[in-house]
Amino acid sequence: MNALALEGSALVGRNLRRIRHAPAITVMTQTMPIVFLLFFGYVLGGALAVPGAEYRSFLVPGLLVATAAGGLMTGMFQAAQDTHRGVMDRFLTLPVSRAAVPLGQAVADLLVCAVGTVPMVLVGLAMGWRIEGTALEALGAFGLLLLFRFATTWAGILLGRVSESEEAAGQLGSATFMLPLLSNAYIPTDGMPGWLRTLAEWNPISAVATAVRALFGNAPVPADAAWPVAHPVAGSLLWSLGLLAVLVPLTVRRYARR
Amino acid sequence: MTTTYAVLSEGLEKRYGEVRALRGLDLAVPEGTVCGLLGPNGAGKTTAVRILTTLLAPDAGSARIAGHDLVRDPAGVRRRIAVTGQYASVDGDLTGAENLRLFARLLRLPRSRADELLEEFGLAGAADRLARTYSGGMLRRLDLAAGLLARPSVLFLDEPTTGLDPRSRNAIRDAVRGLAERGTTVVLTTQYLEEADRLADDIVLVEDGRAAHCGTPAELKALVGSRAEVVLAGAGPLGPAAAVLDRLTGSAPDLDAERRTVGAITADPTLTLPRLVREIDAAGIHIVDASLRPPTLDEVFLRLTGRKGTAA
Repeated sequence: MNALALEGSALVGRNLRRIRHAPAITVMTQTMPIVFLLFFGYVLGGALAVPGAEYRSFLVPGLLVATAAGGLMTGMFQAAQDTHRGVMDRFLTLPVSRAAVPLGQAVADLLVCAVGTVPMVLVGLAMGWRIEGTALEALGAFGLLLLFRFATTWAGILLGRVSESEEAAGQLGSATFMLPLLSNAYIPTDGMPGWLRTLAEWNPISAVATAVRALFGNAPVPADAAWPVAHPVAGSLLWSLGLLAVLVPLTVRRYARR
Repeated sequence: MTTTYAVLSEGLEKRYGEVRALRGLDLAVPEGTVCGLLGPNGAGKTTAVRILTTLLAPDAGSARIAGHDLVRDPAGVRRRIAVTGQYASVDGDLTGAENLRLFARLLRLPRSRADELLEEFGLAGAADRLARTYSGGMLRRLDLAAGLLARPSVLFLDEPTTGLDPRSRNAIRDAVRGLAERGTTVVLTTQYLEEADRLADDIVLVEDGRAAHCGTPAELKALVGSRAEVVLAGAGPLGPAAAVLDRLTGSAPDLDAERRTVGAITADPTLTLPRLVREIDAAGIHIVDASLRPPTLDEVFLRLTGRKGTAA
C-alpha cells in the first residue's frame, strides 16, 4: 500500500506536469462549461421556466455536475493516449504496482477538476446564483461533485485503456457531451415523455444534480421522481461508490493483463 | 565451468488469432553476452521481446530471466530488466529531465541518478526541453538512459538503431558495447546484419517464430561456406563465367553487370582460389580479380532464410 502511494504520487506529478506543458485541452474542458453557463443562462434561460426556482440557480449546479461528468471524456483521452504510445510499455516493464498508472491519472484529474471548479463558481455567483444552504451542506455538495468526478474518470480510464486507437477514444469521448442532455442537468425532467423521463432520472447525473441543488438550497427535490432522484444524496453516493467498486478493480485488472 | 544463462526460454508460443507469431522459440543467452535476434520483419522478434519483458504472456512455453520465472514471477523479472522499445518509451509531453526523474522516483532511485544519466548521454543541455521536440537520436538516447537508471542485469533493445542517421546509430552502438563490457547481458533485435555482426557475441536467426539458426557470427558464416567471386576484364558477357561458377560451387551465381562481377556461395572445401582461377582461365575468360572469402552476414542471411536482409 505504501508502495502504491509512492508510485501513485509520482504518477500524479507526471500527469500534472503534462498539463502544465500542454494546458490547452484542460483549459478548454474547464472553460467550455462557463460558455455553456452563459449561453443557457442568458440565451435560452429566458424561455425556460423551472418550478420553484430561478433558472440560473437551477442551471449552475447542473453545469457543475455536467462538468464533473466530463471526467469520462478526459479519462478516456488520456488513457487512450498512454495506451497507444510507447511510454506505457516503459511503465508496465517497471517493477511498479499495476494500479499506479490509472490511480495517478485519476487523482491528478481530480485535483485539476477541483481547481477548475473555482472560476465556474465565480461566474455563477456573478450571474446571481447563491449558496442558500449551510456551509456544511455546501461542503457536502462539493464533496459529492468530486466523488462523482472520480467515478466518471475511472470509467473513462477503463474505456480509454480498451480503446482501439486514440482517434476512436477521441470520437467516443466527444460523444459523451450528450449524457448531461439526457438528465435533469439543464432542464427538469417533468416535461419529458414518460419513458425518456425514466431514462433521464436513472442517469447518475440526475441524482447528483438534484443532490447538489438540494444541498446548495437552490431547488427542491422532486417528490414523484425515480428513486435515485427522489433520494438524491443517498442516490448520488450509491451511484458513485457503486461505479467505483466495479470500475476500479476492472480497470486495474485491465492494466495488469498481459 | 558451468554457464549461467541470463535468458533461457523453452518452446515459447504466441498466437494472435490465426497468426502464429511464435511457434516454439528456444533461447539461451549466457550472462554478460550480447545476443542478436536477427530476422526479417514479421519473424517474431518483437513478439519475443514483448514476452521476455513481461508485456505479453506466452500461450505456451517457459522462460527464466535473470533467475526469475517469467510466468510465475513477472514482478521479479521486472526488477532485473530494462527495455528500450522500437518506438521511444518515454513521455513526449515531459522534458528529458522530468522523464528520467519520474522513472527514477518509480524505481526508488535518487534524483541525482537521473541527472547523472542525462550528463552521461549528452542530454544535459536539452534536459529542460520537451522530449517530443528531440531528434530521433536524442530520443533514443533518452530512452536508453531511462532503461539504464536501475543498472539492469538484462537489457532488451528492440531495433535500437532503426531509423537513425549513421552518427546516432554509432553512438547507440558504442553505448551498447560499453554496457556489455561492464557485464550487462544484452538482447537486441535488429534488421541490420552489419549491426548484429559488430555487436553480438551470438546471433539467433529468427524465422517463422522459431530460432532457425544460432551461433557466433563466424559459426553462422562457416555454416554457409565461402563466397567465390570473380571480376571480369573487358566488356564481354557475364554468362560464361556464371556457368563456370555454377559448376564449381553447385549454387546459383549472382551477377552484377555494373561491377562486372559474378559470385556464388560454396560449401565445397576443395574449391581453392588457385583452382578457381585455373578453371576460369581454362574457359578462356579474362579476369582482373578473384576472391574466395567468408560470406558477409547478408549473404548468410539470404542463404539461410531465403530472404534478403537489410544491409546497413
